Amino acid sequence: MNDLSRRRILFGSAAIGAGAVLTACTSNNAGENTQINTNKDTEANPNAAPGEKVVIAFSAPAADHGWVAAITNNAKAQAAAYSDVEFKSVEAGADAAAQRAALSTLISQKPSVIVLLPHDGKELNAVGLEAMRAGIPVVNLDRAFPDRGAYRLQIKGDNFGMGLAAGTYIGEQLKAKNISNPIIGEIPGIDSLELTQQRSAGFKEALGVYGFKVANRRPAEFTADTGQRAATELLQALPKIDALWNHDDDQGIGVLAAANQSNRKEFLMVGGAGSKAAIDAIVADNTVLKATVTYSPSMASSAISLARLIGQKKGLSDLVELEVPKEITLASETITKENAAQYAKLGF
Amino acid sequence: MTDQRTKTDVPADAPAPVSLTKTSWWKSDGAEPVRRNLGLIGVLIVLVFIGAVTRPELYGDASWVTNNVWTILQQASAIGVVTVGMTFVIIGGGIDLSVGAIIAVAGVWSTTLATQSYGTAGMIFTAIVVGVVVGLVNGVLISYGRLVPFIATLAMMVAARGLAAQISGKQTQVSANSTINDIASTKIFGVPMLVIMLAVVVAGGWVLLNRTTFGRRTVAVGGNPEAARLAGINIRLHTVLLYALSGLCCGIAAIMLTSQATSAQAAMANLYELDAIAAAIIGGTLLSGGRGTIIGALFGVLVFSTITNLFAINNLSTEVQNMVKGAIIVAAVLVQQFRYRSLSQLFSRT
Repeated sequence: MNDLSRRRILFGSAAIGAGAVLTACTSNNAGENTQINTNKDTEANPNAAPGEKVVIAFSAPAADHGWVAAITNNAKAQAAAYSDVEFKSVEAGADAAAQRAALSTLISQKPSVIVLLPHDGKELNAVGLEAMRAGIPVVNLDRAFPDRGAYRLQIKGDNFGMGLAAGTYIGEQLKAKNISNPIIGEIPGIDSLELTQQRSAGFKEALGVYGFKVANRRPAEFTADTGQRAATELLQALPKIDALWNHDDDQGIGVLAAANQSNRKEFLMVGGAGSKAAIDAIVADNTVLKATVTYSPSMASSAISLARLIGQKKGLSDLVELEVPKEITLASETITKENAAQYAKLGF
Repeated sequence: MTDQRTKTDVPADAPAPVSLTKTSWWKSDGAEPVRRNLGLIGVLIVLVFIGAVTRPELYGDASWVTNNVWTILQQASAIGVVTVGMTFVIIGGGIDLSVGAIIAVAGVWSTTLATQSYGTAGMIFTAIVVGVVVGLVNGVLISYGRLVPFIATLAMMVAARGLAAQISGKQTQVSANSTINDIASTKIFGVPMLVIMLAVVVAGGWVLLNRTTFGRRTVAVGGNPEAARLAGINIRLHTVLLYALSGLCCGIAAIMLTSQATSAQAAMANLYELDAIAAAIIGGTLLSGGRGTIIGALFGVLVFSTITNLFAINNLSTEVQNMVKGAIIVAAVLVQQFRYRSLSQLFSRT
C-alpha cells in the first residue's frame, strides 16, 4: 500500500473531474408550460372576483409520465392564479396504500375541499367516503369512485370518446381516399387498464360504422421505448398499412421514431392526449402524424377552479343551478392541422 | 474453466479409466453448452417454422424475411447487451436487479438539456460513466458493505428509478441530437448499427469470459468463493468489477434505447432485469454461479425476441405471449435439473 502513487492521483482526479462535469449535467430548464384559466374580468364573470378563502388539498400519484406530471403542474399553477386559494399538495406516494395514508393525514387537517387523482378509484373509494362524511367536499379527478356518495364532483376525460373520435377521423379520411378495405393498426397503452379497454372499444365501434376493423394491435406501456418496440413489431407484421391509432402521445414519440427507422410513410397516424410535441408535429405536417384526439390534463386546472367555487358555495354563472354540477365529462376533440393553432395552448 | 477438462490431463503412464474411454466428447460435461445451444437453435428453427406456416404470404417474400431477421436482432440488441453483463454477474455468484433502473438513470442523465448541449460525445460519456458508477456502488455495497446482492440491487433498483424521475422532472426527455437518433436507423453494409453494437459486445464478452484471467476468475469466484480466495483471488475487488461491468453494459444499452426511442424517461427499460435474468438462465447460466456461456445467453435473448415477433405477425395477444415466455423459462430450468440429476446418473451407469 504505497499511499499516493501517481496512478491513484490520476484516477482520483479523473473521477472527481467526471463527477463535477456530470453533476453539472442534471440541470434541465425545459420550462413547464401549464394550461390555466387566467380570466380576471369580474364584469364578464362575477366568479373571478376574490371571495371567501378556500384551502384546497391536492393529491396525485408521483408521476413518471408526462400526462400525470402535467396534471400536478396545472393544479399548482391554477391555484396560484387565485388570491383566495391556499394550495396544499401532498405526494400520493408509490401506490394506493400510500395515497390512502397521505389523504387520512390531510382529512385531519380539515381543508375546505380535497382534489385528488386517485391511484385507483376503487381502492380509494373509502377515503372519499370518509372525507365526505367529515364534511369535506371531494373532487375526483379522472378516476371515478364506485360510490356516488364518495365525491361532490367528478371531472374526467372521455376514454371511450377518444377512441370514437380517433376511429371517426380515420374512417372519414379513408372514405375520402376511397379505400374500401383498409389495413388499420392500433397501439394501445397498458392493456390491463380499464381506460385502455374503453379507448379500444370506442375505436372499434367508430370503425365499425365504416365497415372497417383493426388488423393488428400491439400494446405498449405509455413510454417512448415501449412505443418504439410495439410500433416496430406492428410495422413489420403489416408490410403496408393505411392508418394507425396510437393511444398516447408520449409513447407516440417512440412510434414516430419507429416509423422513421423503418422508412414507412404510406399511412396516416392519429395520436392521443394532445401533447405539445404532437401538436407541433401536426402543424409542421412533415411526419405521418396527422391528428390527435384530446384527453387534456387541463382538467386539473378546471378541477381547482371548480373546487374553489364549491368551497365558496358558488355555481357556474351560465347555469341556472346555484351549485357546481356533480359530474363533468370533457369532450374528446380531434386536433388537426386546421384547428391546431386554437389548441396549441392546451398542449402539455 | 469447466470446459477445459480433457483426456490430456490423464498421466500417460496411468491406465486409462474405463469410463473415460467409453464416454464420447459429445456426452461429456464439456459438450454441455454446445448441446444446450444446439437445443436453443432448434427452438429458434421451430419458431421460424411456425411463423412460415402461419403467415406463408409474408415468409414467401425474401426481402421481407431479410428485413424481419434484422428487426428481430434489432429488437434484441439493447436487452442483449444488458444480458451479457447480467451473465457475468450471475456466473460470478451474484444477481443484478437494478439493470433496468440503471438504464433509466443513464438514459435520463445523458438526455438532460445540459448534457445534450455537450454534443454526442458528452451524451455517450455521461451514459457510460453513470452506468459504471452506479454499478460500482452496487459492487461496493455488496463486497465491502456485505449486503446480499439481491437486497443491494433491489434497493438500487428503487433508488435509481427515483433518481431518474428526479432528474427528468417526470417528463419524457426528447433527444435533439441527430447523431444519437440516427444510430437506430443507420446500416453499415446492410447490417443495422444496433446489431453491430450487439455483436461487438457479445464478442467482447465471449473473449473476456473464455480467454482472459478475468473470465477464469469470474467462474472461480462464482463456483467456489472460498477456494477462489485461498487460490489468491481478491474476491471483493473482483465482485466490484463484475457489477461495474454490468453497469457499463447498461450504459451502452441506454444509448441504444435512447437512439431507438429518440428520447429517454424514468420509466424506460421497465422490467429489463427480469428479461435479462430469464435469457441468461435459459442460455444455461447457473443461477447459483460458476457456470454459464455468453453465446447461450445471446440465444436466450433471441428466443424471446423471436417469440415476440411471431406473436406480432399473427396479431396474437401479449398475455398469451407472456405465458409462453414463462413456460419456456420453466422448461429450460427443468432441462438443467434433469441434466444434473438423471442425465449424469444415466451416463455414469453402464
